[in-house]
Amino acid sequence: MAAGSEALSYADRKSGSQVISLTGRNAIFRALCLSSAILVLAVLAGILIAMFIGGWPAFREFGLGFFTGSAWDTQNDQYGAWPAIAGTLSTAVIALIIGVPLSLGIAVFLTQLAPGWVRTPVATAVELLAAVPSIIYGMWGLFVFVPLFARFFQVPVSNLTEGLPIVGTILYSRSPTGLGVATAGIILAFMIVPFIASIARDMLAQIPTVLRESAYGIGCTTWEVVRYVLLPQAGVSIIGAIMLGLGRALGETMAVTFVIGNANRLSSSILDPGSTIASRIANEFNEALGLQMSALIATGCILFLVTFVVLVVARLLVARMKAL
Amino acid sequence: MNAASPLPADTPPAWGRVRASRRIADRILKVSATLFSLISVVVLFWILGMLLVQGGTSLSLDVFTKITPGPGSEGGGLVNAIAGSLVLTLLGIAVATPVGVLAGTYLVEYGRGSILAAVIGFLNDVLLSAPSILIGLFVYTLVVQPMGTYSGWAGAIALAIIALPVIVRTTADMLGLVPSTLREAGAALGAPTSLVTQRVTWRAAKAGIVTGILLALARIAGETAPLLFTALNNNFWFSPSLMGGVSNLPVTIFQFASAPYENWRQLAWAGALIITVTILLISIVARYALRKDIVR
Repeated sequence: MAAGSEALSYADRKSGSQVISLTGRNAIFRALCLSSAILVLAVLAGILIAMFIGGWPAFREFGLGFFTGSAWDTQNDQYGAWPAIAGTLSTAVIALIIGVPLSLGIAVFLTQLAPGWVRTPVATAVELLAAVPSIIYGMWGLFVFVPLFARFFQVPVSNLTEGLPIVGTILYSRSPTGLGVATAGIILAFMIVPFIASIARDMLAQIPTVLRESAYGIGCTTWEVVRYVLLPQAGVSIIGAIMLGLGRALGETMAVTFVIGNANRLSSSILDPGSTIASRIANEFNEALGLQMSALIATGCILFLVTFVVLVVARLLVARMKAL
Repeated sequence: MNAASPLPADTPPAWGRVRASRRIADRILKVSATLFSLISVVVLFWILGMLLVQGGTSLSLDVFTKITPGPGSEGGGLVNAIAGSLVLTLLGIAVATPVGVLAGTYLVEYGRGSILAAVIGFLNDVLLSAPSILIGLFVYTLVVQPMGTYSGWAGAIALAIIALPVIVRTTADMLGLVPSTLREAGAALGAPTSLVTQRVTWRAAKAGIVTGILLALARIAGETAPLLFTALNNNFWFSPSLMGGVSNLPVTIFQFASAPYENWRQLAWAGALIITVTILLISIVARYALRKDIVR
């Protein structure tokens, strides 16, 4: 601003009209920048408000029972979000269980193990996985992965676990089509890997080489260097990266819609079809009217709040490391 | 002296006398890390291979010249869907680019150090990962419901909201890399901040900002979920006013992929190949231009 006023006083002596246009333009440009930045806030606030207003009739009608109810009955206008919430959480948890070791392994490989000529192509491939659209993952899941998964995992596991207590409940599926909560979780795992791996790699690469070399110097193995030196150093931000992946997994829509089987009923088995909040919205919203539409928006509101909290915590954890 | 006793000749010198448990833990880490990296590369090539085989055999001139077929009708192509996708994506980028660049400029040039800028920068990163289907829902309640009809405009707005945080983030990051000596030199010549920004800082960061726009383009070109309730989709040419449903590639793929008609499935594969190759090319160009990864 100081620069602006100096230009003004100089130009003031020369010609009056140019002064106005220059200061005016400066003020307009600043206002444009500020309002664009505010627009980002407005969009985020707008999403929250729109979700809340749109979902309000359902929240009012069903109260807290909306979160725990498991009916999804369009005939009698009875809606409960629990099966979708449970489906969302269980697919995300499965995605993390598979995706986190994969991502950390890739990050360790890229920063510690890979020779130079391997590093760049592998890193590029992992980044390109992030660019592949969600719908393509869905098609790969449905046409390639689902038949293989049904034949080589679901059928044998169902045969093995039939009638067993607990394990049989979780892993037995009556109709092993390959579609289900577990399949969706596995596809999601591949989709979140690039995001977690890329941040984890950056964090590992940021750790001063001296630390690593001194650990090797006193005779540590690579495992010990990773476990006792690198992970504690990068710890918090890697948890942030994982939560960022979780945020992605919770809201992912198209890939899940292809492979989860879209059942409104909640099954106790992870190999049975289910639904997530996002997949249910994608499937039903265009045909929904009145209370059903409101119930769908209300589940969207729940999804937004959960992902918002997860993403805020994730960004705080990642940012803490970057500030160091 | 013990130290004088030589190790057995066949022991690898790197290992010496290392406890088996340590050696095994190390081996497990190395093998699994390598294996996991291999798996991710294999999955990428598996997906690409699937698209090339299935999509390549479905590609023909018809795909680019005929419009999407109705249920049960023969043949057909994707030309209306491709054109619709181009229009929606470019409109989305056209809306998001000025807003995103200006907002990124505010964060760095005007708001540096202020709480407002810090909060906006932070929430922008949250918006970056917000579920895209919710952005579709938001635009539905904001645009489609009041207007009473699905429209290409609603679809373009939804895409713009997804592209916006990508552009804001890259613009802010790139402007942050511009040395302050450049700005000081501009200010010393008497130029106000707006002039310094437009004539000096933006020019210095041009390549980075363009990369951000390309990455945003790659991001929204394949987005399906936000278009489901905004641009909708159909099997006709869209009207020039973009009112009513606008056919687009991602939603067409979604509807055709598991349809009972053979020609629909073939077209879905062809569309999937076209869209993926386009997006991967854009992101490779963007990454090459910048040589810095911005996946987040």
